[in-house]
Amino acid sequence: MTAFKSLALAMFKGFYRDKATLFFTFVFPLMFLVVFGLLFRDAGTEKIDLGVVGNGPVITGLERTGAFEFERHDSLEDAVRKVRDGDLPAVVAEDGDAIVYRFARSDQIQAGTITGIVQGVVSQMNQQATGEAPKFRVDGSNVEDSSLKPIQYITPGIMSWGVAVTAVFGAALTLVSWRKKQVLRRIRLAPVHASTVLTSRVVVTIGVAIVQALIFLGIGSLPLFGLQLTGTWALAIPVFLLGILAFFAIGMLVGAFCKTEEAATGAANIVVLPMAFLSGTFFPIDQSPPWMQTLSQVFPLRHMNDGIMDFLVRGQGPSALVVPCLVLSAFILVVGAIAAKVFQWEDS
Amino acid sequence: MVVEDIHKAYGDLKAVDGVSLSVAEGEFFGILGPNGAGKTTTLEIIEGLREPDSGTVQLLGESQWPRRVALLPRIGVQLQASSFFEKLTAREQLETFASLYGVGAARAHDMLELVGLKDKADTREDKLSGGQRQRLSIACALVHDPDVVFLDEPTAALDPQARRNLWDVLRAIQERGKTIMYTTHYLDEAEILCDRVAIMDEGRILAMDTPTSLVRGLDAPTRVILERGVMSTSDANVLPGADDVNEDDASLTITTRKPADLLGALAERGSLAGLQVRTATLEDVFLDLTGREYRA
Repeated sequence: MTAFKSLALAMFKGFYRDKATLFFTFVFPLMFLVVFGLLFRDAGTEKIDLGVVGNGPVITGLERTGAFEFERHDSLEDAVRKVRDGDLPAVVAEDGDAIVYRFARSDQIQAGTITGIVQGVVSQMNQQATGEAPKFRVDGSNVEDSSLKPIQYITPGIMSWGVAVTAVFGAALTLVSWRKKQVLRRIRLAPVHASTVLTSRVVVTIGVAIVQALIFLGIGSLPLFGLQLTGTWALAIPVFLLGILAFFAIGMLVGAFCKTEEAATGAANIVVLPMAFLSGTFFPIDQSPPWMQTLSQVFPLRHMNDGIMDFLVRGQGPSALVVPCLVLSAFILVVGAIAAKVFQWEDS
Repeated sequence: MVVEDIHKAYGDLKAVDGVSLSVAEGEFFGILGPNGAGKTTTLEIIEGLREPDSGTVQLLGESQWPRRVALLPRIGVQLQASSFFEKLTAREQLETFASLYGVGAARAHDMLELVGLKDKADTREDKLSGGQRQRLSIACALVHDPDVVFLDEPTAALDPQARRNLWDVLRAIQERGKTIMYTTHYLDEAEILCDRVAIMDEGRILAMDTPTSLVRGLDAPTRVILERGVMSTSDANVLPGADDVNEDDASLTITTRKPADLLGALAERGSLAGLQVRTATLEDVFLDLTGREYRA
């Protein structure tokens, strides 16, 4: 067996025989995937409570909007008391042509939403009552692919994050532990080039990352979660590989600076955790404040996320490869060069 | 192996302060001394792991610094800490190290046999005892059949039984015609194993010779110890060759520079109960050289 193959095999065995590593590589990110996947499965379909008294075309129209969960009351006084107590956001009573609408201002956004819908329905009824054709017509439909459910955002995000964590920790901990245990010194005394050691570690990291990706995508595709990949998913592969290398380089840098496994674990967490929260791993980045969106541009995880999402679920064409691939490549070159510069075979 | 006047300082500490030595092919050479004497640093410089501040090292006719890849397959190094790959079994460790040198797996099995770990082949390194780990690390140093073997404190922190097992391993290696250079802080062990020893303290070599010559050169008296009550101290004092007599609770000790005469006289008298003969050891040599007790 060649030195390259046997080193890769040794690292791979060291990896899969360590239960804690297996847990943090596969189970831990999967827990996030399952929790967020279930949590957001019905997101956007939550209805607003509305008290109703009586019946008529307006209340029927409100029901047809699908925005409300009705709570029926016999008397308006009872319903208004509930609104005053904060148990209901609003109440609509219909008695013949008289519509009574009472709402709580405590939640202004919700009050505005309900008021808008109620007035919209009433206006529509009024317009219909005139018997004339409406003058203005709105042609509206949602822009997303109808399959773009939260799981479509969550799966690529958590996959990138899981792969990034594995790459950083794998590189950093192998380096620190091998230096501490003098395995590096032992290897240095053998006729083996440093690049052989490095590439065998990269190959193991990529292999593990592919297994992670298959598991995450497989679980996401279960009917329970309903992930659907778009036709251009294969274009995500170069972004995926460059992302792994970028995080591997970060891991090498962390490993070069840290003397103990504990220090390396802490340092790797400091690098990866903020990145995970600021790069749209757990929630879509376009919903966060502008400063955060700007800040996230400096993180490789953001570009890995974007790049993978573009092809996996947004169905973008090859031109979308340019930005993430360029940014990640630049990142690999710069961080890799620094890591090579500060690399030490042994503790001085 | 020729080492000439190597120096290495770490800040103010002169770890190695002018060491010169040469070791011939097939020799078992020991560097002895207390902890912090500079043994390990000396070894690391000779192995080519550290650059000396000054001085030269020639190993197998070539300079070892900077790293000379062509020379590496001919030297085997066992490191002070047992450096193994995580979670691999004894056999896998050897196979991995073997492949770094392009050596086949069959050789790994021979090595397990040599160090007596055949029945532990499938045990993970972290489940091995201290002695077994030491033997495995020596096997790893030998797996590519090097000409020169460096062992750094192979017997440190082992129980007496494990130490003796390891001695057998070391002798077996020497019988294969290898040149061995090893460090230890056990003087008694070096006396038994080594062809030649260098005694080091504070970065310098104090003496270098065969153990026997070193002890003989000391011209130290022999102590003959008998059971207390075998004879009176006054009787003992007049025996031929007796220089000094001491008695304690358990024994009577006669110091002599003519042990042959003294033992002859004792045998004639039939007073040999509990006889022990203590000659000088390397510890006495160390005491003589440094003026202080040897403490490992």
